[in-house]
Amino acid sequence: MEESSAERAPDVRTLTLEAFADTVIPGEKRWPGDRAIAGVSIGGGSVQAGALAVLEMPEGGMAPALDDVVAALNVHAEHHRDRVGLPTNEEVPPFTALPWADRTAVLNELTAVGHPEKELWTGLALFCYMAFDTGAHLPTTEALATGHPGLTLMRFQTPDTDGLWRFPDYSYRRPLSKLHPDTLENGSLK
Amino acid sequence: MTGSAESTDVLIIGSGFGGSIPAYHLAAGGARVLVLERGPWLAAEEFDHDLRLGTSSTRVFEFVVGQGMSVLSGNCVGGGSVVYFAAMPRAPRFVFERQGSIGHRLWPAAITRDALEPWYERVEEALPISPASWDTTTYAGGLWAAACDHAGRTCNPVPAAVDSDLCTNCNWMMSGCRFDAKRSLLLNYLPAALEHGAEIRPLHEVQQITRLADGGYRVHYNTVDEVDYRVVTGGGTVDAKVVIVAAGAGATPVILQRSEPALGTMPHAVGRYFSGNGERLNTAVIDEDKARDLLGLDRGDGRAYEAYQIGRGPTVASWDRLDGSRPEFERYSLEQLYFPPGLGTVLAQVPGADGPSWFGPGKKELLRDWKSWLTIFTMSEDDNEGVFGAPPPTGNANRFSQQMFGFGTISYEPTENTLRGWEKSDADVREILEKDGLAEVLPWTNDVIGAYTVHPLASCRIGDDPATSALDDRHELRGHPGIFVTDGSAVPAGLTVNPAFTIAALAERAVPGIVAALRERGVQVAYGAPSPSGAAGGRRATREFARAAGL
Ligand SMILES: Cc1cc2nc3c(=O)[nH]c(=O)nc-3n(C[C@H](O)[C@H](O)[C@H](O)COP(=O)(O)OP(=O)(O)OC[C@H]3O[C@@H](n4cnc5c(N)ncnc54)[C@H](O)[C@@H]3O)c2cc1C
Repeated sequence: MEESSAERAPDVRTLTLEAFADTVIPGEKRWPGDRAIAGVSIGGGSVQAGALAVLEMPEGGMAPALDDVVAALNVHAEHHRDRVGLPTNEEVPPFTALPWADRTAVLNELTAVGHPEKELWTGLALFCYMAFDTGAHLPTTEALATGHPGLTLMRFQTPDTDGLWRFPDYSYRRPLSKLHPDTLENGSLK
Repeated sequence: MTGSAESTDVLIIGSGFGGSIPAYHLAAGGARVLVLERGPWLAAEEFDHDLRLGTSSTRVFEFVVGQGMSVLSGNCVGGGSVVYFAAMPRAPRFVFERQGSIGHRLWPAAITRDALEPWYERVEEALPISPASWDTTTYAGGLWAAACDHAGRTCNPVPAAVDSDLCTNCNWMMSGCRFDAKRSLLLNYLPAALEHGAEIRPLHEVQQITRLADGGYRVHYNTVDEVDYRVVTGGGTVDAKVVIVAAGAGATPVILQRSEPALGTMPHAVGRYFSGNGERLNTAVIDEDKARDLLGLDRGDGRAYEAYQIGRGPTVASWDRLDGSRPEFERYSLEQLYFPPGLGTVLAQVPGADGPSWFGPGKKELLRDWKSWLTIFTMSEDDNEGVFGAPPPTGNANRFSQQMFGFGTISYEPTENTLRGWEKSDADVREILEKDGLAEVLPWTNDVIGAYTVHPLASCRIGDDPATSALDDRHELRGHPGIFVTDGSAVPAGLTVNPAFTIAALAERAVPGIVAALRERGVQVAYGAPSPSGAAGGRRATREFARAAGL
């Protein structure tokens, strides 16, 4: 998984979307000087979980909008930067240049009830979120076998050898409460 | 008469409970039955254990985001029965006496719990539904029961349409049951309907209904691509003497709205009075030590619980607040539930956080404890406040993704009544689960996609009052003879329990009236088929009613 910054030529789209995804579920920096990931959390976050792959999936429907989304997000980030008086930074796109707390502030604002673009930003955040806790771009068995950060963190159980889940041990098998006094034999209430 | 090459006696839109039940009875009675279903037709081996987009988890599912309300439902042959959790309680007696905010009884005078009892029996026999036991109660259900007990409450195993001998407790039932343990309509009414000559066409999405000169109707459909449901691959029409609209409460009113220019004025209640069954979710993180020490729980291997992933959706519910003497809007059930990652985790919030917490580092930490989660599902009496806007170009939503996600036209602004019920239920859940530090609890946020429901109801409802109901007590659309609505949209209001059993019972009850309507139109059709399984107990029980209907 180790990549050096030299091997990558991070473009505006990648840097911006990764920074956004990292605000949804944060992870640790992949290499020293990783700009997209703020590095506020140990272990993988949405980015490592595959957020960009999920956003690019034709199944999701998000891909055709991503260039516009990136441009719009950076405009919002510039406004925020100027409003709170942060310095400009030419090295990385405006959203990526924001410190983590400010990225969060922008995300909160864009997804708040009543924001005119709430639907768009909530949708984008939902896809990034799903990358982390479902690995929506991968067959789940493969995600588990390859140590997908979200499913692994959740300790999602692995399947039987045929790729299906079965839990033969599933019940305490004893009465654990009184029944409602009006319970009928068929199990419903009177 | 012009154009349509095809004709049938009965055209049924949608193959969920509201569609499959009449499909079986009418086909068995000798009518020509054609079912058009917008979703694909899958069998057990196609139901994946997989969260990847494009597997059955999205193929058979629909998630429509509206203003203030998101609706989740089935999108396949079998409809919601393929994705449902199969919890099948009967609606409590007081539900049928509800008045909502309109000052008179919402249900038709002809329908009470007692009157519906024989129809429940028919469905119970057909699916079948079995009473649940503590032996089939999952760990999560057992935990909720024990917590209720610890707080001085009662809790009941919930009757279910699940064959426990086949069930593996894999908790993938929302993607369809791989093991045919869940008694979906694919295992009873639908195969029986096919055997009697009914035809089902998947990937056929009905757009509108127009009127024919002979009093019949023409149904217009698009065919959609089997992978990318946004893509229309063709279309056509079918003429029918009788049309049954059973596209589900999120879709039925939209088809009727779109048909209004051709059919003439729709009853006022079409696309109004939508209920989300008063749904609300709370997620708790259980303190495993407390589960052992306070509740005495032990899985036999040293673990007290850590079993959120194990099971089959809901298995128990606390029904203490289903008390007819409590004021309306303050009665609800509290049912243990499981949703898979994604839909089941995204709206959960971090206890103690200030500000939005459905994302961020705190949420990541919350997910770390996922095995110790417990989700409690409130079904309350909402205020029928949902209203549909103008229909989208096709279907019931502007599809955004290839499958599953779309934007719909419903708007829902919860009234004080609805909010009060949710607040009371939240407080109740907290009281039960936070007692003695057992857990930390927070409701799911409504700020992301609004409220949400897997139980859409009432958007085209039955009733006696033409001003506030779209259907008469025989489920016929007012002012449009020969169009019947038999799905969840016909249910007048929230039921405080899972609705599929009541929807199914109402659909059974509607069949004799539809048979009568077909006979009036010269179709030779009999009524009185046994249960799809061949059992005849239910038929005997409902014979009186059929006689009263003149059959
Ligand atoms: C995840 C989940 C879990 C649930 N669990 C439970 C439970 O445990 N217990 C319970 O009682 N209920 C449960 N439900 C609710 C239950 O599934 C529904 O109440 C029930 O299926 C509604 O029946 P219906 O006939 O109204 O509509 P549906 O079953 O939704 O059937 C409508 C059908 O019409 C099709 N359709 C829609 N539009 C068109 C069109 N334009 N043309 C052609 N076809 C169309 C749909 O694809 C669908 O197949 C659950 C629902 C979900 C989503």
